[in-house]
Amino acid sequence: MYPAQFDYHTPSSIQEAISLLTRLKDDAKLLAGGHSLVPMMKLRLAQPKHLIDLRKVPGLSGIKEQGGAIAIGALTTHYQVESSALLKQKCPILPETAAQIGDPQVRNMGTIGGSVAHADPAADYPAAVVALGAELVAEGPKGRRAIKADDFFKGLLTTAIQPDEILVEIRFPSWPAGTGMSYMKFPHPASRFAVVGVAAVVTVDGKGACSKAGVGITGAGTKAVRAKGVEAALAGKTLDAATIQAAAEKAADGVDVQDDPLQGSVEYKTHLLKVYCRRALEAALARAKK
Amino acid sequence: MAGKVLLTLNVNGEQYEVAVPVHKTLLEVLREDMGLIGTKHGCELGECGTCTLLVDGRPVLSCLALPIELQGCDIVTVEGMASGGRLHPLQQAFAELGAAQCGYCTPGILLSAQALLAEVPKPTRQQIRAALAGNLCRCTGYTKILDAVELAALRTDGAADVAEATR
Repeated sequence: MYPAQFDYHTPSSIQEAISLLTRLKDDAKLLAGGHSLVPMMKLRLAQPKHLIDLRKVPGLSGIKEQGGAIAIGALTTHYQVESSALLKQKCPILPETAAQIGDPQVRNMGTIGGSVAHADPAADYPAAVVALGAELVAEGPKGRRAIKADDFFKGLLTTAIQPDEILVEIRFPSWPAGTGMSYMKFPHPASRFAVVGVAAVVTVDGKGACSKAGVGITGAGTKAVRAKGVEAALAGKTLDAATIQAAAEKAADGVDVQDDPLQGSVEYKTHLLKVYCRRALEAALARAKK
Repeated sequence: MAGKVLLTLNVNGEQYEVAVPVHKTLLEVLREDMGLIGTKHGCELGECGTCTLLVDGRPVLSCLALPIELQGCDIVTVEGMASGGRLHPLQQAFAELGAAQCGYCTPGILLSAQALLAEVPKPTRQQIRAALAGNLCRCTGYTKILDAVELAALRTDGAADVAEATR
């Protein structure tokens, strides 16, 4: 099975990639790991006349610490995230999330930037991106700008990235001492995509009260969202079982849960969201107390 | 640019020059232009793992890879597993235990398992399952496949013994 014919471009700098994108406009698609784009091209759901391969662009891959925050290049593979000693220590929810994506073959080629920019509603990373309060760095003809996670996911397969921009980096802010984090998903048994996925990040102060919380939801709706109701129900509270249960009950508030014959009904996914939210909060809390 | 591009690919330790349309996947170039038909067509969409091969030692789906991106990489297909007429210990174990029925998924599974054993010489059952999670088999029920990987791991105790076993 072949994709339709295309012209193939390998820019050697981000500026060259942006000028290609600016010139070719809607006829071009950016290629990272290709594990969402190439299947769509083979099915002829996408027939770009030009492919701009970002893999030879230097500086787009890698994980580094900058002033306490973590910066991950867009072309960093899921395997690199999954196996990063730095992330396991500083931001363990990211390796935990990456390890749950697809299968080893997918994780060896798929990239964090490709996944986030593609914005598949059942992708895993977006939940953690929202929960941690990440910034998505896009570069275009006018330079770089940082987009807050809450403003990034616009809808089904749609983000705030403009047609002449490229997602180059994702920055994850550091969270205070006393923070625990966990990503819990119910994977579709065949595809391993998230039927629902919940990323929970909680900080507890010296008295055991929740001083900060971030909860991101993926899978159930058309885009990843922040579970504001859950966060509000945790704020300032001592996180006992009843408080966590009550907060998790709000997991589907504000989520446009979709009915899907292959992924489940609205009622089913709403129930899963509450259960997985409770489990993610419990795991995050246990880690925060360590 | 509907014409062909000239690519240099390093497959099983040999350099190949092929002139192919840029939109052909690595799977198709291996099978149709290089005569290496050990790598199998499966779902074509990155789900079944049948087309798995190794790129720089890691399992990759050849049905989703464009060969033009993999110039300069070390590509290993199932044809590259046997050495000097001797089967790889994994191939030997699969044959002895009957870890294949129709055999169509076997090349991909062998290569995923080879990558695992290179990284984790004595994997647990759970580690084998995780490493083979991307390779579907519709015949065996997997039990004999897991047994065969365990047997191969048991027989290969470090690099020296692999050399011994394949001499």
